[in-house]
Amino acid sequence: MQCLTINDAIGQAIAEEMRRDSNVMMFGEGVATKRVDLLNEFGGRRIRNTPLAEGIIAGAAVGASAMGMRPVIDLLFAPFMTLAMDELVNSAGKLRYMSGGQFKFPLVAMAMTGTGWTVGAQHNHNLEAWFVHSPGLKVVMPSTAADFKGLMKSAIRDDNPVLFFVEMAMTFDSGEVPDGEHLVPLGKAAVRRAGSDVTLISYGKSVRACEAAASQLAEKGVFAEVIDLRSLKPLDEAAILASAKKTGRVVVVHEANRMCGVGAEIAAILAEKAFVALKAPVLRITSPDVPAPSSYPLELAFAPQADAIATAAASLFESDQKAVREIQSS
Amino acid sequence: MTEAVEPGALRGMLENMLTIRAYEEKAAAMQAVGQAAGTCTSVGQEAAAVGVVAALGAEDLILTNHRSAGHLLARGADPARIYAEVLGKATGYCKGKSGSLHVSAKELGVVLTSTIVGAELSLAAGVGLASSMQGRNNVVACFFGDGAASEGSFHESLNLAAVWKLPILYVCENNQWQAFVHRRETMPMDHISDWAASHGMPAASVDGNDVEAVYRAAQAGIAHIKTTGQPYFLETWTYRTRGHYEPDDQGYVDPDELAAWRAQDPIDRLQRKLDLDAVEIQVIQKRVAQRIEKAWNEAIAAPYPALADLTSDVYA
Ligand SMILES: Cc1ncc(C[n+]2csc(CCOP(=O)(O)OP(=O)(O)O)c2C)c(N)n1
Ligand SMILES: [Mg+2]
Repeated sequence: MQCLTINDAIGQAIAEEMRRDSNVMMFGEGVATKRVDLLNEFGGRRIRNTPLAEGIIAGAAVGASAMGMRPVIDLLFAPFMTLAMDELVNSAGKLRYMSGGQFKFPLVAMAMTGTGWTVGAQHNHNLEAWFVHSPGLKVVMPSTAADFKGLMKSAIRDDNPVLFFVEMAMTFDSGEVPDGEHLVPLGKAAVRRAGSDVTLISYGKSVRACEAAASQLAEKGVFAEVIDLRSLKPLDEAAILASAKKTGRVVVVHEANRMCGVGAEIAAILAEKAFVALKAPVLRITSPDVPAPSSYPLELAFAPQADAIATAAASLFESDQKAVREIQSS
Repeated sequence: MTEAVEPGALRGMLENMLTIRAYEEKAAAMQAVGQAAGTCTSVGQEAAAVGVVAALGAEDLILTNHRSAGHLLARGADPARIYAEVLGKATGYCKGKSGSLHVSAKELGVVLTSTIVGAELSLAAGVGLASSMQGRNNVVACFFGDGAASEGSFHESLNLAAVWKLPILYVCENNQWQAFVHRRETMPMDHISDWAASHGMPAASVDGNDVEAVYRAAQAGIAHIKTTGQPYFLETWTYRTRGHYEPDDQGYVDPDELAAWRAQDPIDRLQRKLDLDAVEIQVIQKRVAQRIEKAWNEAIAAPYPALADLTSDVYA
């Protein structure tokens, strides 16, 4: 095992894939300045700074990937992806289908997101669900150093466009990463903590909040299972359903806004495919329908915290008892 | 050519530049000791803000970006309220909801500040359109960086302003840096004014560290806009002498280039030009330092927004 920051785990993944495949390259605003190790090893043809223009960064990646390159682009902060929406959504996501399968787009588009740096809504917007909603794209949002490495390697090898989201607050956190070749498949969730009473489903740094909530619940004798989705598309439906059927109670947690977020999709899947197994309504703990504030206390109130998750999970048992009482009194 | 600027006005500009410098250095120092989040400072670029804003009238409007403190202060903003915004306090110009990167102050005519690089260029076209439709007879000054000129919105904005004859004074602060990338890595020429000229508008490039020259150039641009109703482009040739934001060790900056530009510091140059005696300078510096210190203390003492404000101001 080695101990790496998430930033370095990503860098190591890219370096390994660049050694393995000469078609892998990386560009973006300041990439060559900030990833000096990659620049030194692979040179300025494969590691490039770009002009400040997200549209052309993404467009160049789409065009190059169609012709056999495997570009990794860094779009810095997720809200800046809106300037590359046409290239990512209309081109990368659609031109394979619309050309009858003539082209493929093996590219990775990275961006940072999430609370923690009090940067405000034009730097922090969890817009990952926008891309889940767009055909032809894959979306990942890891939560551990090992997964950042393993998923980045898989994303680079994947023949489809992958949106790769990085929690900015976790960028310089360290974690264990297995030595040697380490791949994590796209579309596979991880069970972070096994439990029998309630399932907490999450991704990104909200997974940590869920783990903390699970510890609080355990003190009260409630055993929560914590599922880290890791990939939002493909979504690991099997893992979600298996856990929901086991516990019968589900809380979905994410920092992204509530309406039409990934949590809504999960609630719908559970309603369609696990309805009879559910003992209580599926709850969502998310940010409210507001842009992410900058002010520290507001930012803290915006993001799901462990206490609120634990309270929500505990309430599922109360409503269960209430339902039982109602049935008994009728 | 415009007449010489009278010394009293230049002394006022000196005090404004010193105020901006003191404001930025205090913000950086407080970041360094963990009392404030990082901000993008405009140290070394004060002459652009002060020279251009001095040439504007009260009815004129300003759009700015992530590096806005200089523009705001030159326009008469209360440093305590900018600090409060940086600190996320309720008394900030945006009630603490902006932080340092998007400080608008409509009461000062500083509208629609955005940290999306290039957004101010798109939005300026609309602000200019409204000015023209409503017959306001004002000028819209749009401040942006050399990096923003690589965004499509730069070219889209200039083209629309030229064909629709919008009263926009484009002010490109060419500070040689685009975050962590030097301008020469991203464009084949040096001057953004060359691009602007090809959009069919008069485009000047001025020594951006000479506040008097900037002021006169802005006056000339404004006169052009007022007489022809058409946009004008002004590039201020300058240098970002601190990092992109705080903290930033500037390890990627060529030390010789930095030293050469520090020797062209706009405040030093104006002090030399005005030939003030040491006592006079000290008096001004002390006044500025006290004002900034007081502003910081006010901001620190101000309350955070109420939690209920998390959900206010989303919809009109
Ligand atoms: C659309 C967008 N892309 C990237 C960024 C990140 N960023 C913030 S400032 C900056 C550099 C801007 O350079 P320039 O326009 O020259 O202005 P300066 O910072 O030099 O004043 C970058 C890349 C951003 N805020 N918005
Ligand atoms: Mg610049």
